[in-house]
Amino acid sequence: MILVLLLCILIIGGIMAWVAGKWHDLASRIISLAALTIDLILLIWIYNSSAAGQGNWWIDYRMNWIPTLGISLHLALDGLSYLLLVLTIILGIVSVLISWKEIKDKTGFFHFNILWILAGIAGVFLSLDLFLFYFFWELMLVPMYFLINIWGHENRIYAAYKFFIYTQASGLLMFLAILALYFIHGRASGMYTFDYEQLLGTQISGPVAFILMGGFLAAFLVKLPVVPLHNWLPDAHTEAPTAGSVILAGLLLKTGAYGLLRFVLPLFPSASVSFAPIGMILGVVGILYGAKLAFAQTDLKRLVAYTSVSHMGFVILGIYAFNRIAFQGVMMQIIAHAISTGALFILVGQLYERIHTRDISKMGGLWKQVPVMGAMGMIFSMASLGLPGMGNFIAEFLILTGTFKASILFTTIASVGLVAATIYALRIVQKVFLGKTSTDWKISDLSIREKFISAVMVIVIIYLGLFPQKVITTAESALTKTLNSVENTMPVTTNLTKPAP
Amino acid sequence: MKLMLALVPILPMLGFLVLSIFGGKMPRKWIALTGTGMIGIPALLTLLIGVIFLLSPPASGSITVTLWEWLSTGGLTASIAFRLDALSLAFIFVITFIGFLIHVYSVEFMEGDEGYARFFAYMNLFVSSMLILVLADNLLLMYLGWEGVGLCSYLLIGFWYKEPANGYAARKAFIITRIGDTAMIIGLFLLYIHLNSLNIQELMQQASMQWTGGSNLATWAAFLLLGGALGKSAQLPLQTWLPDAMAGPSPVSALIHAATMVTAGVYLIARTHVLFALAPAAQMAVAVIGALTLLLAGFSALTQHDLKRVLAYSTISQIGYMFLTLGVGAWSAGIFHFMVHAFFKALLFLAGGAVILVLNEEHDIFKMGGLRKKLPVVFWTFLIGSASLAALPLVTAGFYSKDQILWFAWSADKGNLWLWAAAITGAFLTSLYTFRLVFLVFFGETKIEPIRQPGRLMALPMIVLAGFSLVAGFIESGSIGNIHIFSGFMDKVLPAVIVSHESIPEILFQLLSAIISIGGIYLAYIFYLKKPALGHSFDHLPLNHFFYEGWGFDRVYDFLFVRPVVWLANIDKNDFIDIFNKAIAQVTVLANRLLIRTQNGKLRWYIMGFALGIVFILTILMNL
Repeated sequence: MILVLLLCILIIGGIMAWVAGKWHDLASRIISLAALTIDLILLIWIYNSSAAGQGNWWIDYRMNWIPTLGISLHLALDGLSYLLLVLTIILGIVSVLISWKEIKDKTGFFHFNILWILAGIAGVFLSLDLFLFYFFWELMLVPMYFLINIWGHENRIYAAYKFFIYTQASGLLMFLAILALYFIHGRASGMYTFDYEQLLGTQISGPVAFILMGGFLAAFLVKLPVVPLHNWLPDAHTEAPTAGSVILAGLLLKTGAYGLLRFVLPLFPSASVSFAPIGMILGVVGILYGAKLAFAQTDLKRLVAYTSVSHMGFVILGIYAFNRIAFQGVMMQIIAHAISTGALFILVGQLYERIHTRDISKMGGLWKQVPVMGAMGMIFSMASLGLPGMGNFIAEFLILTGTFKASILFTTIASVGLVAATIYALRIVQKVFLGKTSTDWKISDLSIREKFISAVMVIVIIYLGLFPQKVITTAESALTKTLNSVENTMPVTTNLTKPAP
Repeated sequence: MKLMLALVPILPMLGFLVLSIFGGKMPRKWIALTGTGMIGIPALLTLLIGVIFLLSPPASGSITVTLWEWLSTGGLTASIAFRLDALSLAFIFVITFIGFLIHVYSVEFMEGDEGYARFFAYMNLFVSSMLILVLADNLLLMYLGWEGVGLCSYLLIGFWYKEPANGYAARKAFIITRIGDTAMIIGLFLLYIHLNSLNIQELMQQASMQWTGGSNLATWAAFLLLGGALGKSAQLPLQTWLPDAMAGPSPVSALIHAATMVTAGVYLIARTHVLFALAPAAQMAVAVIGALTLLLAGFSALTQHDLKRVLAYSTISQIGYMFLTLGVGAWSAGIFHFMVHAFFKALLFLAGGAVILVLNEEHDIFKMGGLRKKLPVVFWTFLIGSASLAALPLVTAGFYSKDQILWFAWSADKGNLWLWAAAITGAFLTSLYTFRLVFLVFFGETKIEPIRQPGRLMALPMIVLAGFSLVAGFIESGSIGNIHIFSGFMDKVLPAVIVSHESIPEILFQLLSAIISIGGIYLAYIFYLKKPALGHSFDHLPLNHFFYEGWGFDRVYDFLFVRPVVWLANIDKNDFIDIFNKAIAQVTVLANRLLIRTQNGKLRWYIMGFALGIVFILTILMNL
């Protein structure tokens, strides 16, 4: 029941924020913040309750919805979804806080959209009914479309269309695959259901499994995104308002990774094993190509957007390495990338509010005027290049160690990405904060509100880097579930995934 | 004891935190006190730890203090744990003491700089990272320190950030060392996957149990770690960043780019010596790279005009000596040279920095001269440092460490005539370029008047270091006096060198190296003081320019790596894959336009279309 409550607070909070916005801007901000804070408190309470860490699912809630079609309101929580939920709520709070001054137009509707996107994302992380899952999957798109379309930058209409068409088309393919799965399972067992746990054991013949997996992959790989399906990302990230970019990079991309771990691997284990080499190639290509494009950009926000492509390459590489260490790295990368890239987007937003440009050739030498911003830029660029002591390093180290077990070649190529990341990350710092001042900007350093947000982000990213064990322990059993489902179908002769003693 | 050990790296980290958070609002005096104090206390603690360690050595030869478990999953575990043994004790002694002296020097040197707090914050962070590097009990934590010092090096090279050239030098240093680091981290993956641990002691134990000498895996692992060492220690072919790194303030050059960070590679190899012993090819590579680097950098040092660049090339060359020594298996001699070098090279950078400061940022040694009388303290300390670098016989520490190297380059079982020849040539070059510096800067006629004298805070560290540069050698004097305190201290950690060619007695080698050293000084005297025209006649040789440019490495790398990367970035700035998306949109629009044409309101067009449609359908039907 508490899971339904979590979602309802966001959905109702969104409506309330919209209504209140007609009366006063501040009211909708405070309502949104309150709704998110209540959710955060609930999540902390869950972590400390006896349910945490117990059994297959910490909490499992099921209620009939459309019983004739086998659709139920089935929500469940385990370590994987718990971590992602916490991330969702924290980034939600951050998004509201950074929009405090940036958004002055249609404030109520803005917060409605934010909360509904978050509700959609939280729903995706909680649903164990595939129909419900698809419902939430679509729920996050529409408000995000509005967010880009209404509050975005110059080229927002184009970006919003592109985002919508990409995700909608790929989502549709997934829906077809879900339906096919539903009928195949129904015909075989006589029980027509969308329930994840029922569908898990479905026996599907090789080629059909491949096609169905393709449907799911289409949706998840577009979201993640992998090269060459990434073109929506730089436009959407660049044109969205700061809060939109933070949610896109921090959460929306992660639904793709979550989908792979929760649905693709367990539902289509043997097809996934055959797909693994392609998945790893996609990862390596993404790492290098994303880094290359990031280095080439002159629009700071676009640059940061392309770094996401590179970092998500590590995620898919780790997923298809099929072992515990790599999976833990993927989990850590999901969280650390959300924080570090989110923080970079926030920084770009703060710069834009002050100098009204995102063109790095017009920046330079800003350190003297805004040392705190400079320090933030430095810290998160370092996080982005994977400096030890930050969460991103733990993530990349675990992913690459795990991948080394599966493929030495791909690990070595992916490691080149570490050097590439250094090149683009140092370029950010140099072009924005160091060097000669090209224009006489008169700008103020971070306000107390902004300092607070940045400080929280810094503390989280360093905490993840120095004390990652809590996250690792929380995710362990959920990742084991996914891993087992794949390992059971793997030929015994390959010792790729043999867990270390 | 354990608490003290933990505090040694933690205090500088605390100093960094305090200075970076509150530094902007602190008065300068407080900044200086925090900055130096947070190094001073660890230095005292180190002294205390050292005394306890010497008086009552732990039975296992080491002390480990575990702070917390860092991460543990799927059999992979790493802790935040520090391990002290003789090797790391020697390193933390050098780091904290020289670090403290340089911090004291900086209080005056950086006076008046607007980034005062920032400077001390970065320096404290550096010392902390360096201490973590040498104290880490596992390779992952060591890598944390390893990257941490790289970051600080980047931050401090580019400390005066308004000058784009400094930023360029800083990024060059970071990127080139990161290339080495990437090789190193792949080495970590390999070691972990095959030996199932990241703990250094366990790894070494497992390696010697599971791998036979010269096996493929051992060789790969050793070469990959060597990659990291080459980057950090500026050895061939990753040496090009260090001369440019001189863009940072002089205390930075003294601490990071001479005394401590650049010797991290030496530490890594010594720390994993078991692995290198299992991989003779890799160990031979260490020796050969060391020999080549020391020659190459020696020639380059001879042709530089910038005081700090001479010292930078000299550093590369001296680290080459350390690599050579490790490569022939004379582990403790290599570490001994590290320690002695740290003293005199830090001293030379501090004294050189003082010269540059009081000459109002003049770096060109040909524009200096006659400073002997004007700056007596600087002159005497610089002279002592130079004598030690040039290995002046008997009285300097550099003589005793260099002399051991020359001896082992030939006599050790992995040594040979070629390595010895390179080393002795390098020794000659060293004393030549060192005293070229001394004669040009301090003798002859005065060309620029110093604007002031260095104050007490700058002089004192130089004097202390000068003292060490003289006496540090007496704890390991080789066959003269037969004192072996240092190697005796190290023998628990590092195996003794195996001497296999003893047909010629060591004393002959010492005699020869003494002659070479004094000969170099004499030649420098002739070329640069007595007959400067003779010295100048070399300036126009084409080879001179080649050496001056660092043997053209920068140009080759620019051509091979920098330009292709920039080219690649520029040709595809807008991501060619996006063309497909645009093409789909354009085709759709085009189709739309074509179909719009058909709806033109003209009846005959519609009838025509209608008729054609009927014909089409009928044809299909009839064919069925």
